Amino acid sequence: MQFLWAFIIGGLICVIGQLMMDLFKLTPAHTMSSLVVAGAVADGLGLYDPLVKFAGAGASVPITSFGSSLVHGALSELQRDGWIGVVTGVFEVTSAGISAAIIFSFLAALVVRPRG
Amino acid sequence: MPANTKSRGVQSRLDSLTHEEYKSIAQKHEPSRTTFKNCVLAFLVGGLICEIGQLIQAALMSWFDMTEKQAASPTVALLIIISIILTSMGLYDKIAQYAGAGTAVPVTGFANSMCSAALEHKAEGFVLGVGANMFKLAGSVIVFGVVAAFFVGLIYAIFGLQGVLHP
Repeated sequence: MQFLWAFIIGGLICVIGQLMMDLFKLTPAHTMSSLVVAGAVADGLGLYDPLVKFAGAGASVPITSFGSSLVHGALSELQRDGWIGVVTGVFEVTSAGISAAIIFSFLAALVVRPRG
Repeated sequence: MPANTKSRGVQSRLDSLTHEEYKSIAQKHEPSRTTFKNCVLAFLVGGLICEIGQLIQAALMSWFDMTEKQAASPTVALLIIISIILTSMGLYDKIAQYAGAGTAVPVTGFANSMCSAALEHKAEGFVLGVGANMFKLAGSVIVFGVVAAFFVGLIYAIFGLQGVLHP
């Protein structure tokens, strides 16, 4: 069942992004930034975890989950280490994604010959 | 030299066009794609990418006995690797032409923007080109995400919300 909801919820989040680009004439960068902030706020309100539980990768693959993971890291270190955790914990959960993107983009730049 | 005179004729016509005239001419030749069609494509492609993520997550959970939470990070990392391979082969941008937000919104689009920026600026060198430009597009996402997360965390810290909304 989660496979069906992953498709539908993931697709719907992309449609929201597409509508922001088409109707409000936002650039992709503005759209992505807005979605990340939306994800962070939704997580702050406690809404994003139930969505992930419901839709699985449909909620954890779109960029909104990046914002939610940033909040998750900040909050879990806030609980553990106190106030300083808000700053130190931000990248705790997302480091896998960012590190992988940096490392493999760099490796691609080493290996691939740019075209065009 | 007929070709030469022809191109010179076009050149002088372009020179005399005002910005508005150019815009109206360009608009006529733009492929007309409706918002509805864009949304359907975004839905299908975006949904498909999430479905692939769900498959990877399920595979990791059954092969390596991971919980859903443990599998989340490797799933994202694998999707990013796939996206970077497709970007390097020039395939991701071809799909993105049709899918719009369907390829941009998933985390694969984030990786695509970093990888294509890295490849595009390789000619300028590894430090000034690849290193300096990798986050040209992805940087705004990280900046606004981190600032938003900081303020959410701050609100939690000030009002002692820990445990109220997040179990």
